[in-house]
Amino acid sequence: MTQRYDVAVVGAGPAGLAAACSAYENGAEKVIVIDRDREAGGILNQCIHSGFGLHYFKEELTGPEYAGRFEEMLRKTGSRLMLDTMVLKVTQNREIHMMSPKEGYSVISAGAVVLAMGCRERTRGAVGIPGARPAGVFTAGAAQRYVNIEGYMVGRRVVILGSGDIGLIMARRMTLEGAKVLACVEIMPHSNGLARNIVQCLEDYGIPLYLSHTVTEIRGKNRVEAVKVQRVDESLKPVPGTEMIFDCDTVLLSVGLIPENELTRDAGIKIDPRTKGPYVYENMETTVPGVFACGNVVHVHDLVDFVTAESKKAGEAAAKYANNSALNAFNSDLKAIINGENVAYTVPQSIRTENTDKFAEVFFRVKRVFGDSVIELKDGEKPLKAYKRQHMAPGEMEHIIIPKDMLLSAAGSLTISVKEEEKQ
Amino acid sequence: MYDVTIIGCGVTGAAAAYELSKFRLSIAVLEKENDVACGTTKANSAIAHAGYDPKPGTKMARLNVLGSEMMESLCRRLNVEYERTGSLVLAFDEEDMRSLRALCERGRENGVRGLEIISGAKALEMEPNINPEVVGALYAPTAAIVNPWGLCIALAGTAVMNGAELFLNSEVRGIERGDGYFRIKTASGALETRYIVNASGAHSDKISEMVAKPFFKIIPVKGEYFLLDKSQGGLVRRVIFQPPNEDGKGVLIAPTVHGNLIVGPTSERVTDPEDCSVTARGLEKVLNISSRSSGKIDFRETIRNFAGIRASAEIDDFILEASAPGFINAAAIKSPGLTAAPAIGLEIVRLLEEEGLRPEKREDFREYRSGTLFKDMTPGDRSEALKRDKRFGRVVCRCETITEGDILDALKGPIPPVSIDGVKRRCRAGSGRCQGGFCGPRVHEILSRERGIRMEEVCQDKAGSFLLTGRTKEGCGL
Amino acid sequence: MKKLELERNKAPENENRAVKELICIMCPKGCRLKVEEGGGYAVTGNACPKGAEYGRKEVTNPTRVLTSTVKITGAIHSCCPVKTDRDIPKQLVLKAMDVLSGVVLKAPVRRGEVVVSNILGTGANLIATRDMEAAE
Repeated sequence: MTQRYDVAVVGAGPAGLAAACSAYENGAEKVIVIDRDREAGGILNQCIHSGFGLHYFKEELTGPEYAGRFEEMLRKTGSRLMLDTMVLKVTQNREIHMMSPKEGYSVISAGAVVLAMGCRERTRGAVGIPGARPAGVFTAGAAQRYVNIEGYMVGRRVVILGSGDIGLIMARRMTLEGAKVLACVEIMPHSNGLARNIVQCLEDYGIPLYLSHTVTEIRGKNRVEAVKVQRVDESLKPVPGTEMIFDCDTVLLSVGLIPENELTRDAGIKIDPRTKGPYVYENMETTVPGVFACGNVVHVHDLVDFVTAESKKAGEAAAKYANNSALNAFNSDLKAIINGENVAYTVPQSIRTENTDKFAEVFFRVKRVFGDSVIELKDGEKPLKAYKRQHMAPGEMEHIIIPKDMLLSAAGSLTISVKEEEKQ
Repeated sequence: MYDVTIIGCGVTGAAAAYELSKFRLSIAVLEKENDVACGTTKANSAIAHAGYDPKPGTKMARLNVLGSEMMESLCRRLNVEYERTGSLVLAFDEEDMRSLRALCERGRENGVRGLEIISGAKALEMEPNINPEVVGALYAPTAAIVNPWGLCIALAGTAVMNGAELFLNSEVRGIERGDGYFRIKTASGALETRYIVNASGAHSDKISEMVAKPFFKIIPVKGEYFLLDKSQGGLVRRVIFQPPNEDGKGVLIAPTVHGNLIVGPTSERVTDPEDCSVTARGLEKVLNISSRSSGKIDFRETIRNFAGIRASAEIDDFILEASAPGFINAAAIKSPGLTAAPAIGLEIVRLLEEEGLRPEKREDFREYRSGTLFKDMTPGDRSEALKRDKRFGRVVCRCETITEGDILDALKGPIPPVSIDGVKRRCRAGSGRCQGGFCGPRVHEILSRERGIRMEEVCQDKAGSFLLTGRTKEGCGL
Repeated sequence: MKKLELERNKAPENENRAVKELICIMCPKGCRLKVEEGGGYAVTGNACPKGAEYGRKEVTNPTRVLTSTVKITGAIHSCCPVKTDRDIPKQLVLKAMDVLSGVVLKAPVRRGEVVVSNILGTGANLIATRDMEAAE
C-alpha cells in the first residue's frame, strides 16, 4: 500500500521549499518534501552570511533566515516535511523509494515529482592538483560546515584556490575566527565571485587575490605544510619562474559546483552535458512527463533568489500536472534553443510554445567576460530580437524574455548568441 | 615471548598472520601506522594477475600462479570483493605481437590456464571501447580484480580474531638477538619473539639489516594513477594492458570491484619510500600512454589521483627466504605481490617450519567475514538489519549509499578504524564522487562519538593528519 | 551586474576634488561608484539610493553588517548563527567578534531573538538568525 501525494518534492533546500509552497498555492493539496538532512533549509543553514533575499523579500537576509522563512511558509501549508530520509530511487511512473531510520524502507507515489537535490562541490580529484595528499585540503563548503555548524576551525594559515563566492565568504569567515588567510588564487583572469564579495571578504581584510594563478603543488606529509602557486599563461598552463611558496596548513577549494543528478540519471531523464542537469522545458518539466526539476540540480545559480523564482515555476507546473490541468503538450510546437556563439548553455533547453502564457524566459551563461554587447535571438538565420547589455560574465546568469507571439512566428529553432557591440 | 612476530601489516604481513593464526602460536603483528593496509596495499592497481609476466622458475612465477588460483575462494570466504574479469594485453604492430607470443609461451610454462592469442577483431568484440587499431591480444581468462585493502583487513582481522596481537603505531626501532630469540624495540614498547617475519614493504631492507647482513636495497618505485567516476566504470569489462616494457607492466585500464575505472600506473624511481605525491608530469604520462589502449576515457570524470610505492629491488624476484636463523624476509614484494599474497602466506609458514617452528593446527580457527553493506544485502537481510539498528536507515555517504549502520559495523570489526580513511577502507564511506566532501564531517562526528575521542583528535588518515585545529570562538587574532 | 577588474582605484582624476572609486556592496549588482571626497560627497554610478548612501558612508565612516556564530547548549548543533541587525562601524567588527566569543546561548532560541543588545554601544543588536530547538 503506497501512500499517494499530489506533489512530491525531493530536497528541502531553497529549491524544494519554494517548489512545495508554490505547488500548494497552485492547488496541490497533498504535498510532501523529503530531505536526507535532519533539518530543512539545505546548504543555506551553513551560509550564515547575508546577501540573500534582496529580490524575493526585498531585504537582505542571511542563509538561515531565508531558509527559515520558507520553512515557516511550508509549515503553514500543512505539507508533510519528511527529514532524515534519503530518496534512493525515483521511477518514471513517479514512485519514490526512500529510506529513513524512523520508517525504514518505504515507497510513495505522486501525481507529480519535483527534483530539487541541489549540487555538490568539485573536489581536488576533479581539478587534479599535483603534490602530496595530506589532510587539510577541504572543499570550501565542507570547511563552512565545520566552522559554522559544528563550531570547529579547519586551519590557521589558509590558501584558497578558486574565487567562487563560497571561497570568498570563507576567506572572511576564517579571518574573523582568527585564521590568517594568505591568498586567494584564481586560475582565470577574472573572478567567478561577486564583486561585492571581493570587496567585503578579501579587500576588507587585506587578503590578496591572485588572478591568472593556480596552485601547482601541495606539500606536506600528514597535514598541509605549504603550497606552490604559479602564474598561468593564456592557455592556463603554469609559467616557469613564477613560483611562490605559501607556508600554510590548509587549502580551501572553491573550484565549482556540479548539479547532483544521480537520481535524475537513474530515472532515465535526459541530462544536458553542458549544465550537467536535466533537459527542461519552459515550465521546468524534464523529459519524463510529470517529473520537474528546479534549482541547482538543473544548473548552478549565483543567487538563491533566482533559485526561488525558478522553483516556484516548477512547483506551479507540478501542481497543474498533478491536477491534470497541464497542457498535454509533448507533441506540440516545440522550439529547441540552440546555443549560438559565446553562449555556454541555456535553461530551458527547449520551449513548448503552446505551454507558454505571455512570454518565455530563457536563462543562460556566456563563455567569457563582455563589455557593451548584444544578445541576439534568431529564428534560424533570421534575427528576431536584440537585447543590449553593458556587462556580462560567465559567473553571472543572464536572462532574456521572449514574447509568445515571437515564439509563434518562429519557423524553426531559436538561436541565442552574444557578441561585442560594434564601436561606431 | 611471542612465537612469531610479523613486521608490517600490508597484504603480505596480513597473509602471513592469517596462515599462522591457523596454528596454536602466539603471534604479534607490528605496524608503524595507525591502521593496517596503509602502504602499497592501499595504492596499487588492485589486480590479481594471471601470471604470464614473471620469468619461469622464479618464486614470483610460482607464487603468482598459485596465489591467483587461491584468491577467488579466499575472497569468497572472507567476503572480500573479487571478480574474475580476465585480462587482455593489446598489440598494435608486429613487434607487439612478438612480445604477446613470448608472454603467452611464458605463461604456459608458468602454468597459467586458458591463455589464448586472439585477433584484433575478437578483442574489439570483447572490448568495443579499446583502440580500434588493435591487431591482436593475449587473453588471460584467469586475471581478476580485487579489493586489496579489503583483503588485507580481512586477513589481518582473521588473525586478530584467532588471537594474534596487532600493535599499531609501533614502528620497529631496533632488533637485538638473544639466545634463540629476538628482542624488538618499537615506538610503542619492546617485545621478545622466537621468529620474525619481515614484511615491511618499502622499508624491508632497513629491517633486514637490523638482523642480517645487508644484501639488498629496496628501490622505491612510484606509480601514479587516476581513479574515475562510476560513469566511466563500464568502459572496459576486463583489465586492459599494453605489452610490458622496461618500466614493468605499463599503464593499464581496468574496472574496479567498486564500479570505478582505474588508469595507471607510471613507474618512477624515487628516493623517499613514503613519497606518494602525484605530479603533473606523471599524470600527463598516464593520459598519453593510456590513450593508446583507449581514446574514450573521459578524464574529466576523475574523482581522485593517487600514487603508490612499489618495493622493488635489483633482484628480479621476491626475496622470500630465511636470511638469518629464525628471520624470514618477505621483501621486494613488488607486483604481482597482491596476487601472490595468499601463496606467500603459505610459503612463509613453510619457511618458518624449515627454521624449526613446529606449529600445531588449531581446531577452533574461524575466518573473519567482512560485513556486507546494507545496499548489497538481500531485502530480507535489510529488514533484519533495520530491526537490529535503525541507523541502517540513515544514509551517511550519499555517493556510495553507505548507512550509519554500515559505519557502526565497520567500527565494530576486529581491527576498528581510528581515522576517516580507515572507515572508508572498511565500508566505502567517502570513496565516491564527492570524495567525502559531504559525508566527511558526518563520519568524523560518528568516529568521535563512538570511539570517545575529541573531534580535534580524529585524523583523516595516518597519525598527524588532523583535520581540525580547535574550536571557533577561541578569540580572534588579527 | 558589474564585475571587478584589475584597474581599480585609479589615481584621483581631479587634484582639487579627490574622487574615490568604489564597488558598491549593497547588492549583488556591484555598481561602480565614484565618490567625491569632501563637500557633499556626491556619488555617481549608483543604480539606487542605497548605493549613494553606501558611497558616502564608505569614505566617511565605513560600516558592515557582522554575521557570525555564538555557542549554544542544548541544541542539535553547538553553534547558533547571529548577525547585527544593522551595520556597525567597520573598525569595530573584530572587537565585536571578541564580544561574541563570550556569549553562550541556551536552546531554544528563536530567529530574531536579541542575543546582545546595543553591541559595543553601536546601537545595533546582535540577533539570532535561526530557530534552534531544544534537542530531545
